Amino acid sequence: MATLTITDLQVSVDDKPILKGVNLEIKEGEIHALMGPNGSGKSTLAYALAGHPKYEITGGRIEIDGSNVTELDANERARLGMFLAFQYPVTIPGVRVADFLRHAVTNRRDPDRKEGENLMPMRDFRKELKEHMAELGMDTEFARRYLNDGFSGGEKKRMEILQMAMLQPKFAILDETDSGLDSDAVKVVSEGVNRLSGPEMGVLIITHHERLLEFNKPQFTHVMLAGKIVETGDASLAAELHSNGYATIRERHPEEAAEESSEQEESLSSV
Amino acid sequence: MSTDTPSKAEPSIGDYQYGFHDPTDNYTFKSRKGLDQEIVRQISAMKNEPQWMLDFRLKALDIFFARPNPQWGGDLDQIDFQDIYYYMKASDKQEKSWDDVPDDIRKTYDRLGIPEAEKQYLAGVKAQYESEVVYGSLQEDLAKQGVLFTDTDSALREHPEIFREYFGTIIPSADNKFAALNSAVWSGGSFIYVPPGVHIEFPLQAYFRINSENMGQFERTLIIVDEGASAHYVEGCTAPTWSAESLHSAVVEIVVKRGGRFRYTTIQNWANNVYNLVTKRAMAYGDSLMEWVDGNLGSKITMKYPAIYLMEPGARGETLSIAFANEGQHQDAGAKMVHCAPNTSSRVISKSISKGGGRSSYRGLAKVFKGATNCKTNVICDALILDPESRSDTYPYIEIEEDDVTIEHEASVSKIAEEQLFYLMSRGLTEAEASAMIVTGFIEPLVKELPMEYAVEMNKLIELQMEGSVG
Repeated sequence: MATLTITDLQVSVDDKPILKGVNLEIKEGEIHALMGPNGSGKSTLAYALAGHPKYEITGGRIEIDGSNVTELDANERARLGMFLAFQYPVTIPGVRVADFLRHAVTNRRDPDRKEGENLMPMRDFRKELKEHMAELGMDTEFARRYLNDGFSGGEKKRMEILQMAMLQPKFAILDETDSGLDSDAVKVVSEGVNRLSGPEMGVLIITHHERLLEFNKPQFTHVMLAGKIVETGDASLAAELHSNGYATIRERHPEEAAEESSEQEESLSSV
Repeated sequence: MSTDTPSKAEPSIGDYQYGFHDPTDNYTFKSRKGLDQEIVRQISAMKNEPQWMLDFRLKALDIFFARPNPQWGGDLDQIDFQDIYYYMKASDKQEKSWDDVPDDIRKTYDRLGIPEAEKQYLAGVKAQYESEVVYGSLQEDLAKQGVLFTDTDSALREHPEIFREYFGTIIPSADNKFAALNSAVWSGGSFIYVPPGVHIEFPLQAYFRINSENMGQFERTLIIVDEGASAHYVEGCTAPTWSAESLHSAVVEIVVKRGGRFRYTTIQNWANNVYNLVTKRAMAYGDSLMEWVDGNLGSKITMKYPAIYLMEPGARGETLSIAFANEGQHQDAGAKMVHCAPNTSSRVISKSISKGGGRSSYRGLAKVFKGATNCKTNVICDALILDPESRSDTYPYIEIEEDDVTIEHEASVSKIAEEQLFYLMSRGLTEAEASAMIVTGFIEPLVKELPMEYAVEMNKLIELQMEGSVG
């Protein structure tokens, strides 16, 4: 069973340290939730795992199945089974969903594929695409649209879930930190996760959404504060946070809470 | 200056005067470099042309010599006009060795899946292209409908009246220096006449012309679409095309009569030594539609501004143009829309991409004459600059002499957005694949108008260009 192991991960953005030693282990088949106040580093962790070039790993390791992926590019990590479902997926004008997916799926299934080599056969791809779209209740017309171009919030989420369904990642990170997400979008994500999660996928949901976690009950809940994971519990921890907010967390971890407030002062004073 | 020695006795001046000369099969003509009256007379004599055409050529030659090089657009002052062959039969051409063909060109051919025979032709290894005679039966069908589709030299001989009626009327020799040059030394090109009401459903392609002399150096194309008729003509090649001669100056004249519809699609990818200076113009009459679909890749300098003159009310013009300039390439391309009558409309969509120090510019004219009321013209020009070494410019000329018109001009410049790159890479695409996909998406509005094979080739070519190996 594959494991995603994050050991003492330190990440800076524009030379500013954000993650200060994150430790986390996710096994295939598990659902983890990650919560924490704004600025605690949740999205940073997601982007650092996915391999965004702006997020500089200054210490620690990321391993998939014991093999060190810390130095690998985003596309290499994707081929090894990492997937990030974006909060706001970017638009790629002029690129059809089907063409993009065919390329991505080919590379995922053939991680050693060189540029310019053949893509997976069109007929096989079309068949699979149709099946998945049907399961997700998507109109086939969708495949001909340009990637995320003019998509509603819910459609963008559906597109992310469709990608998840076809790429079948080993580890899926869902960045759902936006509390302003419309309810249709939330529904799409939670149903998608339910449908797709299973013994072969480890899921990390980064969110405040009560509803999301209700429908996709995490086995583990982690809380971040000032760039570290300070607590891990089960689903009841999430429930507690929803009723009490982060006050009790800050009480239990005064060091990190102090760091958090000094960081906030710093950013206020630099305004 | 060396003189030519034909294998037969040299014709006397008297023969030239009447413009009729008896060409025989074993009369071999080997041209010399340089351009002067003698060369032009020889060209005309070789082709057995009537006097009026010889006169036309000679007058154009005078105009060519009298005009200076344009100082806008690309740098043409490097061209030594006397160091060029202006006419050479295919059999005289030196054939290159396949070993001399650069690796990156060979790689492009492989990637595009070009068949062996075509590869050799395009690379200059074979001077003649043995294409299948597939088009033979096509020709029969067309002939039955009264469609004329032949090369320009043959058209002058076989259809003199209609030829003379239109030739040189859309683009007069004096239009610009390179129209004058073409008018003096033109050879080859296509001639198409579509009779009233005839609709040709499949695109006409010019394979039969591939064996013609000069490999398209000074092509002269003349197309007449009669009332209510429609057709689509496709020419060019996405694969990099080697040329012995570095000066190419084509002229394309088109007339679309009342109610007619015509589209001219071209993709050109000349090798990096070529100056590609083209004058293309169409006259669109009442309620007609004229479309240029123009793809410019390669070449050292391309200057090309397909023009549509909207002559009568109801005429519509549309031009879709892509230019992709890589290292050492300068594409100065665009479109001209000239509204000469009321209730006419035009649209230009131009996409230019520059990479590796290449320079790609949009140069366009939107002109509305006085009296051309209630016209609409819309220009969208988008530029994508892929790295700090490259350059893109926009030179829009807007000349409006009428108040009651709608003019829209939108321009954008962008680079590949980091977030777009990351999104695609996070799905397993390499940086080159992701960049290629973004660039392909950028030109999609144009590529979707291309015939399927061209579209596929175009996308493959973009991929290759983005991988850093130049085609």
